[in-house]
Amino acid sequence: MTESHPTIAVVVFPGSNDDRDAALALETLGADARLVWHADLELPAGTAGVVLPGGFAYGDYLRCGAIARFAPVMDAVREFALDGGPVLGICNGFQILCEAGLLPGILRRNAQLEFICRDVPVRVEQTETTFTASCTVGDELVIPVKHGEGNWFADAPLLDDLEARGQVVLRYVADVNGAFGRVAGVANEAGNILGLMPHPEHAVDPLLGPTGGVPLLRGLIAAASDRLSAFG
Amino acid sequence: MRATVLVRPKAGILDPQGEAVGGSLRKLEFPVTRARVGRLVDLELETADPVEARVQVERMCAELLANPLIESVEIHVEGE
Repeated sequence: MTESHPTIAVVVFPGSNDDRDAALALETLGADARLVWHADLELPAGTAGVVLPGGFAYGDYLRCGAIARFAPVMDAVREFALDGGPVLGICNGFQILCEAGLLPGILRRNAQLEFICRDVPVRVEQTETTFTASCTVGDELVIPVKHGEGNWFADAPLLDDLEARGQVVLRYVADVNGAFGRVAGVANEAGNILGLMPHPEHAVDPLLGPTGGVPLLRGLIAAASDRLSAFG
Repeated sequence: MRATVLVRPKAGILDPQGEAVGGSLRKLEFPVTRARVGRLVDLELETADPVEARVQVERMCAELLANPLIESVEIHVEGE
């Protein structure tokens, strides 16, 4: 763990399946990624960032993320997030953050009732967040989605509030899954917690396809480095 | 004692599962104008007091069984 290689915890729930891809992408971009078991009570010493990866935690029983939010490690994640630590929830991780009340809204079954797996362009709507600080509003990032429950929903007054406060960070350029307001990613008001359905960890290597995930993960790593230098 | 929770998609909330079920029923030529799909949770509780049971189940709904953003609940407690 150094300022240039900050420790980023990738939580592994029973049913996570993108944890290793997330760790590999973070390592490739210069972080010291650590897989952390859901039953752990603490994050590794010196953790400066957290990723909740994609998958099907606890089998997605009841509702996606509804059980995972009670995992023992989630108390430490919540504490870290509320202390301003950067937390990125990808796909199932986004669902977990919504169910945990750390992010607004909920992810429902895709409107077309089909699992969707393809590259999609998303537009950056907000750059005052930890993750999009290096982007420009209007940038289009191409990142793959692969989900059956990515149809983000909030009621109209809540969406209006989120838009007014700049919490809608990423928006699908065209409708993908029926998400209200074409929302692909939302942040908390402070901008240190981001959840998104697209998978930035699958979009970092030009050999494998688009690289739209790079700025988001670099944003996380940069924020983690800043946190280390601030807290020593 | 026993309690049952019916979890329904809230009125006005798009229910893609219900739409698909309704569409399939119409394909089978059943005269269905609308279908909504929810979830039923049967519970056995330690308490024998229906008032206490209802209080407990209401808390279960708030904390886990339903998401109030998109779902409504109906609670039935045995002996009430």
